[in-house]
Amino acid sequence: MLNIDDLKVSLEEEEKQIIKGLSLSIKPGEVHAIMGPNGSGKSTLSSVLAGKDGYIIDNGTVNFDGSDLLEAEVEERAALGIFMAFQYPIEIPGVGNMNFLRTALNSQRKTRGQEELNAADFLKLVRGIAKDLEISDEMMKRPVNVGASGGEKKRNEILQMCLLEPRFVILDETDSGLDVDAMKLVSRGVNNFSSSSRSFLVITHYQRLLNYIVPDFVHIMVDGRIVKTGDKTLALHVEETGYKDFLQLGKGKH
Amino acid sequence: MTDNYEVRDVIDKETLSTVKSVGDTYKYGFSTDIETEYAPLGLNEDIVKLISKKNNEPKWMLDWRLKAFNRWKKLKQPDWALLKIPEIDFQDQYYYARPANMKEKPKSLDEVDPKLLETYSKLGIPLTEQKKLAGVIEENPEDKSENRRVAVDAVFDSVSVGTTFKEELKSAGVIFCSISEAIKEYPDLVKKYLGSVVPISDNFFACLNAAVFSDGSFVYIPKGVRCPMELSTYFRINAENTGQFERTLIIADDNSYVSYLEGCTAPQRDESQLHAAVVELVILDEAEIKYSTVQNWFPGDENGVGGIYNFVTKRADCRGRNSKVMWTQVETGSAITWKYPSCVLKGDNSSGEFYSIAITNNMQQADTGTKMIHLGKNTNSRIVSKGISAGKAQNTYRGLVQIGGRSQNSRNFTQCDSLLIGNKCGAHTVPYIEVNNSSARAEHEATTSKVDEDQLFYCMQRGIGEEDAVALIVNGFCKEVLQALPMEFAMEAQKLVAISLEGSVG
Ligand SMILES: Nc1ncnc2c1ncn2[C@@H]1O[C@H](COP(=O)(O)OP(=O)(O)OP(=O)(O)O)[C@@H](O)[C@H]1O
Ligand SMILES: [Mg+2]
Repeated sequence: MLNIDDLKVSLEEEEKQIIKGLSLSIKPGEVHAIMGPNGSGKSTLSSVLAGKDGYIIDNGTVNFDGSDLLEAEVEERAALGIFMAFQYPIEIPGVGNMNFLRTALNSQRKTRGQEELNAADFLKLVRGIAKDLEISDEMMKRPVNVGASGGEKKRNEILQMCLLEPRFVILDETDSGLDVDAMKLVSRGVNNFSSSSRSFLVITHYQRLLNYIVPDFVHIMVDGRIVKTGDKTLALHVEETGYKDFLQLGKGKH
Repeated sequence: MTDNYEVRDVIDKETLSTVKSVGDTYKYGFSTDIETEYAPLGLNEDIVKLISKKNNEPKWMLDWRLKAFNRWKKLKQPDWALLKIPEIDFQDQYYYARPANMKEKPKSLDEVDPKLLETYSKLGIPLTEQKKLAGVIEENPEDKSENRRVAVDAVFDSVSVGTTFKEELKSAGVIFCSISEAIKEYPDLVKKYLGSVVPISDNFFACLNAAVFSDGSFVYIPKGVRCPMELSTYFRINAENTGQFERTLIIADDNSYVSYLEGCTAPQRDESQLHAAVVELVILDEAEIKYSTVQNWFPGDENGVGGIYNFVTKRADCRGRNSKVMWTQVETGSAITWKYPSCVLKGDNSSGEFYSIAITNNMQQADTGTKMIHLGKNTNSRIVSKGISAGKAQNTYRGLVQIGGRSQNSRNFTQCDSLLIGNKCGAHTVPYIEVNNSSARAEHEATTSKVDEDQLFYCMQRGIGEEDAVALIVNGFCKEVLQALPMEFAMEAQKLVAISLEGSVG
């Protein structure tokens, strides 16, 4: 589904390489977790996959379902089925949640050549999802993420995911800021949503989340590279000993 | 509710596709091929007399115009606004144009040139009104079941071409007609109130208007009457090289209420055109007027060629106790906008509100705002201004809040927000606050921000294209003002926001 080959990415503003030769292959139905110290480039990788401005691709390719992902516009990638749950969801004052969601869904449908969803069907769909995630009507009426708590924002991201039905999902620290109950709720949302044709890239600092969303692979990212790949036990190891065993691995390869 | 929304969607789609097939970026950039009759080029006493004669005006009206013309000759064009105004040659304009087959005013809408009506349909005039203007459906009792009805007066170049719902309004005692008709039919009302809010020589452009105004709308709501429907005027400049000078006079007598909507568009032309309108509102005891404008005159092209020069004087006189006025404006068009809808709060406990969205893109310039003149006791005013600049445009908010010595316990609140798209445009805020009374209070808040890259990325990651994302964010920024508009207008305005910002990103 997704193939990243020797990707190197620098910032546009300053001459600084953040991703320094990263390769990763994800097949349909797989769940991959990425862990790594602060500043190792996890969010940068997500942003590059989603198509954010401000980066220069120095090297490498990213292939999604056989096509060159780096060539596509941000909204085209979204329509192809790429979804990123933001580490810090953005507030949009004055824009109601419902309006935002409907615009997003119908834009994607339009890009894919599907018919737009009418107001009644849309409402039914959203209300069902909101109910599962225990998001109140009052929340849904608010402007996008404005005045929402950290945990509420994260839940809102999952709601958007369920509505937009992407095939490839990046969860960037979706567990940070969630209380125990919310984490179960969010994990349930993700698990209900997962299927043999959907893949996940789960970025997290905590092994805890991986008890709920069980990964097929765990990758350790240090200084812009994946330095170690293992199964879910690797996360337990990190939890116990931290990253000290891996830091050297990052420095070694150039 | 949902159904209405659906219906509206369909209409808009039709309107949009019709228009897309006609113009390109500027939605209303088509012109209508109708034979037009012009007065001779330039301005002199004879032209003033000619306009008066074309309208079959009584002598008092002609005298009033001539007085204005003589004053105007001595006035100078104001230059205090933050606008670069190319020199306007007032002798190189036509001051009167009308569709040739309307020498006699149409007695019924059936006599109106179908091309004219086609134009209105392209303007997005609500479907029911289009049909009425086209005479397709009779006014029948079933209409009463509709949630919202709007009576429309359409002014094409210099002439009012038709008013809908006239009979029904009349039975409620409401007078809604063209001002030329009012001058003949209701001379006492016109004599009493015309020029009583904006005096003949108030300013250069208002004075010019007083001399040469050709038509406009007149509304009188009698004592104790709540106007049974919204009233609306669509102004359209079609003829080339012609100035448009409409005059609107609305009187809300004691305990009355009316909501009035004004829409304006013009075709796409290389030559700039002058528009100098005057709107006077008179609000008596316990009465209320809501006046909403969606101004979408042709803004000129990306390089600043063509477009309407819009110099407008709008003023509301809250003469009565507890009288209320609310101005709401969405200014997306015009190459130059010079406009300050104002409230004179004379009556005790009177209140004035001003909600404004001004969008400038490409080479557009806007200097707009309001004046709140507090004279009575316990008067209240509220100003919410949202300025959006994109391209190389300049956008200035200019506002005066003046609280007089007699105006005890009066309050003003001003909120003035500017949003910038890109880094070649400018936003300026020029507030003047004069409080001459220790029991009064004026508050002013101002912010300037940029369309946030992260917000854009967030929207686009969810599948929304860049221009739609900008429109969404800007509409969110303007929400407070959009909410002040009647619903149907609000939806039209939201679309306009999107259209006027096309090409502002990427
Ligand atoms: N726009 C930017 N300007 C300057 N530096 C940047 C920018 N974006 C990323 N960086 C730098 O790149 C490095 C990687 O950042 P990134 O956000 O990808 O880390 P992360 O692995 O997600 O960290 P965390 O675990 O704290 O979320 C950091 O050193 C960060 O400061
Ligand atoms: Mg991060």
